[in-house]
Amino acid sequence: MSAPLGDFPGGLKLPGHKKRSTQGPIRKTPISKQLVLPLQQHIGAAAVPIVEVGDKVLKGQRIARAEGHVSVCLHAPSSGVITAIGEHAIPHPSGLSAPCITIETDGEDRWIDRQQIKDFRQHSAHELRQIIRDAGIVGLGGAGFPSFIKLNPGVHHSVETLLINGAECEPYISCDDMLMRERADGILDGVEIMLFALRASRCILAIEDNKPEAIAAMRYALSGRSHLSQTEIVVVPTRYPTGGEKQLIQVVTNKQVPTNKLPIDIGIVCHNPGTAYAVGRAILHGEPLISRVVTVTGTDVPHAGNFETLFGTPIKDLLVFCETRRQPDEPFIQGGPMMGYSLAGDDLPITKTANCILVGVDDVAPPAQPLPCIRCGDCADVCPASLLPQQLYWYSRAKDFDKTRDYNLFDCIECGCCDYVCPSKIPLVSYFRFAKTEIMNQERERHKSDLARQRHESRLERLEREAQEKEERQRQRKAALAATKAAKAKEEDSTNTAEAADSVTEEKA
Amino acid sequence: MLTAIIAITLLALILGLVLGFASIRFKVQGDPIVDQIDKILPQTQCGQCSFAGCRPYAEAIAAGEVDINRCPPGGEATIQALADLLDVEPKPLDEECGVEKPKMLAVIDEARCIGCTLCIQACPVDAILGAAKHMHTVIANECTGCELCVEPCPVDCIDMVETQPNPHTWRWPDPSHVDLQRRTGS
Ligand code: SF4
Ligand code: SF4
Ligand code: SF4
Ligand code: SF4
Repeated sequence: MSAPLGDFPGGLKLPGHKKRSTQGPIRKTPISKQLVLPLQQHIGAAAVPIVEVGDKVLKGQRIARAEGHVSVCLHAPSSGVITAIGEHAIPHPSGLSAPCITIETDGEDRWIDRQQIKDFRQHSAHELRQIIRDAGIVGLGGAGFPSFIKLNPGVHHSVETLLINGAECEPYISCDDMLMRERADGILDGVEIMLFALRASRCILAIEDNKPEAIAAMRYALSGRSHLSQTEIVVVPTRYPTGGEKQLIQVVTNKQVPTNKLPIDIGIVCHNPGTAYAVGRAILHGEPLISRVVTVTGTDVPHAGNFETLFGTPIKDLLVFCETRRQPDEPFIQGGPMMGYSLAGDDLPITKTANCILVGVDDVAPPAQPLPCIRCGDCADVCPASLLPQQLYWYSRAKDFDKTRDYNLFDCIECGCCDYVCPSKIPLVSYFRFAKTEIMNQERERHKSDLARQRHESRLERLEREAQEKEERQRQRKAALAATKAAKAKEEDSTNTAEAADSVTEEKA
Repeated sequence: MLTAIIAITLLALILGLVLGFASIRFKVQGDPIVDQIDKILPQTQCGQCSFAGCRPYAEAIAAGEVDINRCPPGGEATIQALADLLDVEPKPLDEECGVEKPKMLAVIDEARCIGCTLCIQACPVDAILGAAKHMHTVIANECTGCELCVEPCPVDCIDMVETQPNPHTWRWPDPSHVDLQRRTGS
């Protein structure tokens, strides 16, 4: 039925550690007293608040609007009162704060009026995208790119394949797995809308073979929709990082996305199953994106599992709910053990991109002082992007950033495979993250200094023009003065001559 | 014989025209080395190098009249980049010009501003907005932190504050300084 599977270079077979969090069904996290909603939970421009402190809001009510094109709206996850609009700590590796809206919930959880669309085919793709944007939907796989943009084929592309990325290859994380097991129909609702919006001819739902229950559930749901004949489920081998967008495309379609190109350039658009589910809820049920399934797991979590959690819920409330053995202010990981980052602080909210909270990792080696690189090449062997991590490390460390670019630093997906195998325990990815943000900073600075140069030059021009104008005015004034003087003198002259002439005529007479 | 002469004359004429056209069409704008130096300088336009801005300093460097270590806002990195470009040895920043400081931003205390416009006249990049007798503000994005507006203010209402990083401008730390703290920090 489908072409033989392809392959990507490198990669690792990792212990999954997913059993711990897949023993029970998805549970609902209780509504917290306070919800803190960062205005920016997506890539692009931050949303702009449209409520004020003291306003009463209902569940699902829009509280901030999208700003510019690459942006989405934000909604109240539960009913209550707006108590603050301002800086609050956010779950970011920097530990910095950002503008947030805080809601004190009233416990009633009262919905706004929901506009349900029974037959989405009566609407244009443009209208559907607008609803998806207004519903605040972003990619729930981790990056948080506004989904409506990735549902627009644009004028220059035609999309052949919609690829639903259910690989979920990173250890410990199981939120997509559980969603596919329990809400397969909801995911297919979204898939139908996505296919329609993209005018795509087929859909592939790729799932790693370590999730037999999810595969069975999706197959069963699909068998009930005969009109979805162009959709198929493809089981892919479990290997890290199969869930990387470019890697999965290589496995499923045998095609490579060229460097500096997007999947859409080769006719493919990738979405996460959670995003598809959210699209279905938004269109068919009129529910904006106000919650997500979060995996909470790790060696310190006795009641690990998956939790449908409202955005803004303090992570500490969620951890208390799971009875973690974590001490206050002890760091934890958001994301998986390979690509996630460490967070500290008890006051951080769950956001749209929080797929997993990991407290305690199995068999973790104690931190060790890295040894020098022995140039064994192991890192290059496992790199799924075919990079040379040892070279990238060398140049990042030496801060020779031009060279890191020559070695395609920005193709690195930060999967951590190289870190994992390095016998010298060099924190390679930390170096790559460092180099990337340094380069982006340099570009920002260059842009800023270019702007300053322009402004300075135009100021100099303006000053010169003003000086010239002043000079010109002075010259004109002088000229005018001289002219009036001359005119006066002439007048006097002419009266003199006239008088003289008169006297002459008088004399003659 | 005659055809040969005609042919060669024609050829010479055509080539001459082509060259003449090329010299107009592809004329090099300005002095490329001054442009390159100016590109490296931070464009703070503060005058600490003792020149009336970055470009005059760039011109002086290009002419070989001054050292490359006179720009405090650029600091170490700028000196290194200039040394690379001009193929000379880098040297430490000339202390007479000033010291390297964190990036700053001017903030006008709007309650105290009397609207005298003196700061506007001092700002080299037109980063201050305001009309006579009305309070003024600094456009944060366009301020280079040159401090030139601080002196002229008669009521001392302009403060220089360190620019704060936000999650967008934040940078991952250099791991060679934090080697022991592993990334996943468990
Ligand atoms: S795996 Fe580590 S030691 Fe081996 S080449 Fe790569 S960076 Fe060097
Ligand atoms: S982290 Fe980057 S360099 Fe290392 S293996 Fe992954 S893609 Fe390659
Ligand atoms: S010291 Fe540096 S930033 Fe200031 S004017 Fe001179 S070159 Fe420009
Ligand atoms: S506002 Fe002040 S510190 Fe900022 S660029 Fe203008 S003069 Fe310099």
